[in-house]
Amino acid sequence: MARIIVVTSGKGGVGKTTTSAAVSMGLAKRGFKTAVIDFDVGLRNLDLIMGCERRVVYDLVNVINNEASLNQALIRDKRCDQLFILPASQTRDKDSLTIEGVGKILEELSKDFDYIICDSPAGIERGATLAMYFADDAFVVTNPEVSSVRDSDRMLGILSSKSRRAEKGEEPIKEFLLLSRYAPDRVKLGEMLSVDDVQEILSLHLLGVIPESKSVLNASNSGVPVILDEQSDAGQAYMDIVARYLGEEKPHRFIEEEKKSLFNKLFGGK
Amino acid sequence: MSTDAFSLQTNYIEFKSASMTVPVLLLTHGDLSLLAQQLHEKLAQAPEFFKNSPIMLDLQKLSEAHQHVNIKDLLKLLSDHHLIPIGVRGGREQHIAESLSLNLPVFPAQPVSETVIKASTKKKTPTITTTTENKLIVQPVRSGQRVYATGDLIVLAPVSPGAEIMAEGNIHVYGCLRGRALAGVLGDVNSRIFCSDLRAELISIAGTYQLYDDLQQYPAQKPVHVSLENQKLIIKKI
Repeated sequence: MARIIVVTSGKGGVGKTTTSAAVSMGLAKRGFKTAVIDFDVGLRNLDLIMGCERRVVYDLVNVINNEASLNQALIRDKRCDQLFILPASQTRDKDSLTIEGVGKILEELSKDFDYIICDSPAGIERGATLAMYFADDAFVVTNPEVSSVRDSDRMLGILSSKSRRAEKGEEPIKEFLLLSRYAPDRVKLGEMLSVDDVQEILSLHLLGVIPESKSVLNASNSGVPVILDEQSDAGQAYMDIVARYLGEEKPHRFIEEEKKSLFNKLFGGK
Repeated sequence: MSTDAFSLQTNYIEFKSASMTVPVLLLTHGDLSLLAQQLHEKLAQAPEFFKNSPIMLDLQKLSEAHQHVNIKDLLKLLSDHHLIPIGVRGGREQHIAESLSLNLPVFPAQPVSETVIKASTKKKTPTITTTTENKLIVQPVRSGQRVYATGDLIVLAPVSPGAEIMAEGNIHVYGCLRGRALAGVLGDVNSRIFCSDLRAELISIAGTYQLYDDLQQYPAQKPVHVSLENQKLIIKKI
């Protein structure tokens, strides 16, 4: 049985798709057979971040409408053969998604995958609620600013009341906090909420802090999940996150401002 | 001397008054075979409930044409169905006389409020006379969530901004209260709000409310309790 992880946030632009791409690649790299599903029907993005936009033939809605089989629609990643991408449809809207259709796909995938990552769209409407409905774990991606924290809080409320687990009275979804676009220097100046501030409001298990990093944008533009950029701070942060999710003990990094050495000051490496 | 000793003794008998609910069998027809058949059908719906149940015979709805029925036959009918008669009420003179001769108590006629089968279904589910129920919340109350308690509401976790907690009774929050808290929503002016860290957007007791701006003068992270006095919210440190 696969473990279903939803990557969600409520607010847009906080790094859900970046996280979905990085975490799914990280899990696949460790040898777990992983599928990542884009639920953002109509605003397809995951395939771009994963660098497989030219290989999309069938999509999620085709599978739901029985126009294609799951195997036809799944795209195997070229860099890691344990990773499969199920893209969203760009020409439809979120009303094409049905709870039965999504349930059927997840059930079928569960048979021979270890992890299924559901990349949720922003908002709390149909696409987002369907992405989280069948989840076992939730990665709540939050930026250190008030509106993102508020939206994450709202999403957490929905996770605990409108998921399948909640409706069936089973063990609730395990929720993890991923604090992204974190800039310790700006926290110090009081321009950004600190980890503690966010934790105080959300009171959630912190899985990791992803620093604000140029490498994320570069990785997205070139279609390479940032976790594959092992030199970058963001890549390393995602590696830590995957490790912590799998139960390894890793001290939190990127929370404190890094002291720049003279060498770095001179050559401006970041 | 001896009488004194006697009076000091504990009383071993005492007369007490008690009222209890007893099923009443209301008859509107006097034909025994018809009654037997219908009784059988009714009892089949809840056989365990009626087994060896005490029952009161009610004859007040028995019309003139059916007055011929006699108590002895009715008692036989009841015992055949494992019902134990405890009395007769609303009968005519001949019924009262017959009942007394059979050592069966006679009660005055009274209006019947509910049918027997209705009473049986009520009995099977535990009857709660009051509808207030206290609620305990251990998970954080998230933005956009609403919690309502018909009695007291106890929250052992933070209440986020944008969340709303309401109770007909008191509210206790043993976490940071950032959302809205409304106690005594049905108008109980004696209800209170207890809170270990008050940073609420709004607090209200029985409709009287204060917003965050009015609350700012009170230090956060200090346990407080809020009560309503002379239609004003009074916030005091605990």
